[in-house]
Amino acid sequence: MSVVSGPPAIELRGLARHFGERTALRDVSLTVAAGATLAVLGRNGAGKTTLLRILASLLRPHGGEVHLFGEPLPARAHVVRGQLGLLGHEPLLYRDLTGRENLQYHARLHRIEPERVEEVLQAVQMERRASDPVRLLSRAVLHRPRLLLLDEPRANLDPAASELIEPLIGRASGATRVLTSHDPRAALAEADMVLALKDGRPAFVGAPDGFGADRLAELYA
Amino acid sequence: MKTAMIVLRKDLRLELRTWETVPAMVLFALVTFVIFHFGLNRATIDGQLAAGVLVVTLLFAALLGVNRLFVAEREQGGFDAFLLAPVDRTALLVAKASALFLFLVVLEVIAVPAFGLFLLGPPLGHALPGLILLLALANLGLSVIGTFVSAIAIHTRARDLIGPMLGLPLLVPALIATARAAGPLLAATHASSAPPGKWLLILALYDVVFGLIAYAVFDFLLED
Repeated sequence: MSVVSGPPAIELRGLARHFGERTALRDVSLTVAAGATLAVLGRNGAGKTTLLRILASLLRPHGGEVHLFGEPLPARAHVVRGQLGLLGHEPLLYRDLTGRENLQYHARLHRIEPERVEEVLQAVQMERRASDPVRLLSRAVLHRPRLLLLDEPRANLDPAASELIEPLIGRASGATRVLTSHDPRAALAEADMVLALKDGRPAFVGAPDGFGADRLAELYA
Repeated sequence: MKTAMIVLRKDLRLELRTWETVPAMVLFALVTFVIFHFGLNRATIDGQLAAGVLVVTLLFAALLGVNRLFVAEREQGGFDAFLLAPVDRTALLVAKASALFLFLVVLEVIAVPAFGLFLLGPPLGHALPGLILLLALANLGLSVIGTFVSAIAIHTRARDLIGPMLGLPLLVPALIATARAAGPLLAATHASSAPPGKWLLILALYDVVFGLIAYAVFDFLLED
């Protein structure tokens, strides 16, 4: 883990969120240092995606406090928004635009130099197919985010593609990462810290060493 | 403004590539004129009746565009991608309203001459300068209200219903002002070549008021 000095990348204090009567998250508190990787584990509906969307400033918390790089959300979300990269279940791309056009659009929105588009296309070996309409292409790393929110980032990728994007979203990216995965063992192997969620509540927060096979089995039971 | 231009350029590119909205609006307007032609059982119309037919047709055709305004954002994640960008969120209102305004201009460039040719009794040429001014003001109101309503409706399950149900009552004052102002322009007697100032003023005021309301609350419509 390459920890950077300065305020923690993520600080949660008693975070809560509900959808109508249903509680999606409750009493979530943790601190993630800049440059560290947090693995968020839990069954479907445990609150993983909700947590990521709150961190991405796409959902408002209904209770508690959220600070990203020392800035409170949602009050100062506009300050940190350009430093976040969300790679979720949806690619957030226009199907009727080509890969290059999509990236150019996002580059303009993020005020990124146009050369970066070609750089990313090269990195994922998509230069030759950059004029095709796209279904899947990562625009989450285009603006070199400091915080990567990765919601099962390898779910739709074969092993070769997964290896290809590793420098962009893996530890080598240098970004603080929040990672959810359907493969908890792989997520644990990447993590500096684990948040296990059960029905929206933290069942475990701490280093991966303390999260043994028995806890894992219990979480997914 | 720069962000709005970026989004507008993307929207126009999407429309030019898919032709999902404007052709539907134009076709709807032309078919409606044909229906009025047979429904009214008159070869030509003029005056207030002509104004009503023209304005109502354009309004309903515009609703097709309103319903589709945010579909790509909703279905393809454009909302989230935009919200993740470090930009002023009201740029989306400006961009979408501008796109709708341009769609309406294209619609009217085709539909108004077609109306003049097939349904209107008096020649259109005499009324055209006044009509252009009037429709520009009407388009402004339609674009702002349409974008505002579409942004609300898109988050609901029954968005195709919610759009017209919210939009039509809000647009009634604009409809009245536009139709009343267009009536003298389309009269057989060529009563006037300029629309009545009172109705133009009402329309302009309506545009300003709803423009300010939409600007003030649009940010909150994008929140969860």
